Amino acid sequence: MSIYSEAEAKAILDKVIKLSKADECSANLTGSIDGNVRFALNNVSTSGTVSDCTLGVQVAFGKRVGIATINAFDDAALARVVQRAEELARLAPENEEFMPTLEKQEYKASDTFVQATADVSPEFRAKVASDSIDPCKADKLIAAGFLANSENFFAFANSKGNFGYQKATGLNYTCTVRTEDGRGSGWVARNLADASKFDAGVDIRTAIRKAKDSAEAKALEPGKYTVILEPAASAGLISFMMFGFDARQADEGRSFLTKKGGGTKFGDQVFDQRVSIHSDPWDADVPVMPWDQEGLPREKMAIIDKGKVNYLQYSRYWAKKQKKQVKGQPGNLIMSGGDKSTAELVKGTKKGILVTRTWYIRMVDPQTVLLTGLTRDGTFYIEDGEIKYPIKNFRFNESPVIMLNNVEELGKPERLSGDESPFIMMIPPMKIRDFTFTSLSDAV
Amino acid sequence: MHRRNFLTIAGYGMGSLLIPLPGRLIAAESLVGMIDVARKKVLADLALEASTTAGASYCDVRIGRYLQQIVITREDKVQNVVNTESTGVGIRVIVNGTWGFAATSDLTEAGVSKAAQQAVEIAKANSKAQTEPVQLAPVKGVGEVSWKTPIQKNAMEVPIKDKVELLMGVNSAAMKAGANFINSMMFLVNEQKYFASTDGSYIDQNVHRLWAPFNVTAIDAKSGKFRTRAGLSSPVGMGYEYLDGKGGIALPGGVTGYDKRYDMIGDAVAAAEQAKQKLKAPSVKPGKYDLVLDPTHMWLTIHESVGHPLELDRVLGYEANFAGTSFATLDKLKDKFKYGSDKVTLFADKTQEGSLGAVGYDDEGVKARRWDLVKDGTLVNYQAIRDQVHIIGEKESHGCCFADSWSSVQFQRMPNVSLAPSKDKLSPAEMIKDVENGIYIVGAGSFSIDQQRYNAQFGGQLFYEIKDGKVGQMLEDVAYQMRTPEFWNACVATCDENDYRSGGSFFDGKGQPSQASAVSHGSSTTRFNGVNVISTARSLG
Repeated sequence: MSIYSEAEAKAILDKVIKLSKADECSANLTGSIDGNVRFALNNVSTSGTVSDCTLGVQVAFGKRVGIATINAFDDAALARVVQRAEELARLAPENEEFMPTLEKQEYKASDTFVQATADVSPEFRAKVASDSIDPCKADKLIAAGFLANSENFFAFANSKGNFGYQKATGLNYTCTVRTEDGRGSGWVARNLADASKFDAGVDIRTAIRKAKDSAEAKALEPGKYTVILEPAASAGLISFMMFGFDARQADEGRSFLTKKGGGTKFGDQVFDQRVSIHSDPWDADVPVMPWDQEGLPREKMAIIDKGKVNYLQYSRYWAKKQKKQVKGQPGNLIMSGGDKSTAELVKGTKKGILVTRTWYIRMVDPQTVLLTGLTRDGTFYIEDGEIKYPIKNFRFNESPVIMLNNVEELGKPERLSGDESPFIMMIPPMKIRDFTFTSLSDAV
Repeated sequence: MHRRNFLTIAGYGMGSLLIPLPGRLIAAESLVGMIDVARKKVLADLALEASTTAGASYCDVRIGRYLQQIVITREDKVQNVVNTESTGVGIRVIVNGTWGFAATSDLTEAGVSKAAQQAVEIAKANSKAQTEPVQLAPVKGVGEVSWKTPIQKNAMEVPIKDKVELLMGVNSAAMKAGANFINSMMFLVNEQKYFASTDGSYIDQNVHRLWAPFNVTAIDAKSGKFRTRAGLSSPVGMGYEYLDGKGGIALPGGVTGYDKRYDMIGDAVAAAEQAKQKLKAPSVKPGKYDLVLDPTHMWLTIHESVGHPLELDRVLGYEANFAGTSFATLDKLKDKFKYGSDKVTLFADKTQEGSLGAVGYDDEGVKARRWDLVKDGTLVNYQAIRDQVHIIGEKESHGCCFADSWSSVQFQRMPNVSLAPSKDKLSPAEMIKDVENGIYIVGAGSFSIDQQRYNAQFGGQLFYEIKDGKVGQMLEDVAYQMRTPEFWNACVATCDENDYRSGGSFFDGKGQPSQASAVSHGSSTTRFNGVNVISTARSLG
């Protein structure tokens, strides 16, 4: 069994807390059922389900901390894991930045569980694969994709009486469609809370269209262009930038939010005033757990408010040292936008480039958050409000800070998650001027 | 989505470092000792028997115990000591020409039998949609054999106290030398892998790896500028002897490099001094330069522009949705594609002592070997495993199949891929003498490459101007952009074997769900002519 009810989880955690003789003890119990199907070359390549449940116990003697985990839950196993954590704590060096376990907190539940997503079956996944592959085969195209779904729960308790329990589900689908001659490539991604709202047969049409339309690409000179970035094209850059919101790094002088001469840019106008990003665990589109990894309650808060930096992320230790109030770290990023679709943004563009997605994004210079990466799976030239022709992929060298100062227009936000991002996001398509492409790529 | 556990290390430069953290956490004393080999054989035989009885024509069993220890520090503080263990069995079968796989952490006889039967059931279910039956290249059984990484000192047996003392010494030395901050770490890995198959092999392997990275930051508060310098060590397939503090090779520009031994404290002192120099170094003027690349830098360029594009599964399209495909298509092998200049011989080798990829046998029982990928500039081969080699007209697997856990399905992974040194005598100093307008690059930095491995951009740790054959001032904001075949065809010289050193990656990712593997890349210092260099300097106003 890997999904426990609240009562079952609480019973296990209470036993653990009682068993510990340490100064303090906290424990968490997490379980999941993860299913996936992978396909390539129009065939299913791998599929499977993994069930797992793990109990983690952290104890402290003074400032000496020990952590141990186990995946058996009988009384002997519980005693063993507590004993192991206590042994490790006695061997551990003192952690000067140790923070005592949290007092009892109030958590307001968020809507992270959808039964239809928990009910996803191997047959559902097989159908997603065939709904993706069959239309591609019929069109002489080649599909490669991956669907992953998860049902999980998270429960925790500590020796000061704090307790939390909540279940969650999620579904993520990506599919790349290529022409047989390898000259065209399209892509689609869908991240959903509710699997009943997912139809691969509809989404695959986007990837098919982009694969066909992206063949016969022409080369444009690298340089600065007005771009329409679909949400998947800017999400990776924005998500990368969030690492720079760490308060300690900003205070220490090693963040783009450090001020010349000392101090941070908290409260400063760092972005265009149309840029607002907030976090809200109860948001109906992107609900996340109402606590962060340390068990701190999350709250609705502005991270960037009309271009001003409104939030720096404090660890409990750093908040205490700097005499700041600590807040739960955000689990989602919700960027404000307008009502226009990507197609409508294209319509209003005299000359520009439409970017489907960006890929292999890496930090070049943390001082300016200069990032490099490439466009992929559908890059098009726009003239007089129309897509004129596909163009070859570009490498960009651009900072999201500069990008979010060069905003021309924002469209309607869409839900997505990134391969390398810890956030579920709502990101609008955006029209940006002077986006810097530095070289051409021959890759399709 | 619910992801694999990650350990986030904040402060390790912006962007943090995400470390995959498999397994459960355990006490340090549990990191020594192994599962009895006789017990593993009993369980393996049980799985082989259960699967073949249920209809499998082939079966392999991997019983694994995977151990990690991670020590994390900053300045004068130990931030975390983490021990993890993951134990279980993965069983792979062929039924009706189709693969099936199941894994369990239940190492009772009933648990192993059940997993074997599940693997057969999954293969049977998948076989209904099978269009091309698996063709498995034959492997002769080797009976009961064992292999161990040739280590001198098992790092898992070194007390935590000693590791903490070393890292505290490193941090203190860097701070005394003027660093504002330092993060340092030690990663230890021990994979105890038992492989058995219906071919008649029972292979017991004990694989050790070690990595001790650090990152120093220097700050100029007045200007708000900060610069970092990472350690110049290499992750290795060695024991704790790697960290004995000896070694040190004098390189151009007053830089010290390392080979089989590492002086972590000495490197940290140099890093602090160089990070401060970086704060004052001028930005590079963009343009074409001849690049002289040290092995501490070369490994990543080889990894991205040679290692990945020559993975046969990528070439065929199996990774199209994630990592991508490859420009090095099968027709290029047939047409003897000119991958690089005649100075370029790139070879794959799973037997190099001290390397991250070194094993006795791969994860489908094939003996480790060496083979050429690019010979004197010409593309001659790919990386292929048992069910792939027939596609390139070969009869024997290359022996580069790997799974990152007992619970993951093994698949084709990059072996160590290295650039052969020149047979003619040439030192880095002699190489630089002939360069009129160039840049000498040491250490790996930012990296990014497209999904077919054509267009890449690389940074570094240290950059020095070369003018009229002499190494001059330090430069900053350097990145070079390249197109893979043009770049390798611009290779005009490599230094000799005396300068041959290795670097590598502890966490190379591939596949969905993603699996991590460790791989080394060796070379001597190498020169490339006329490469496009950009300046990465920007201003946020």
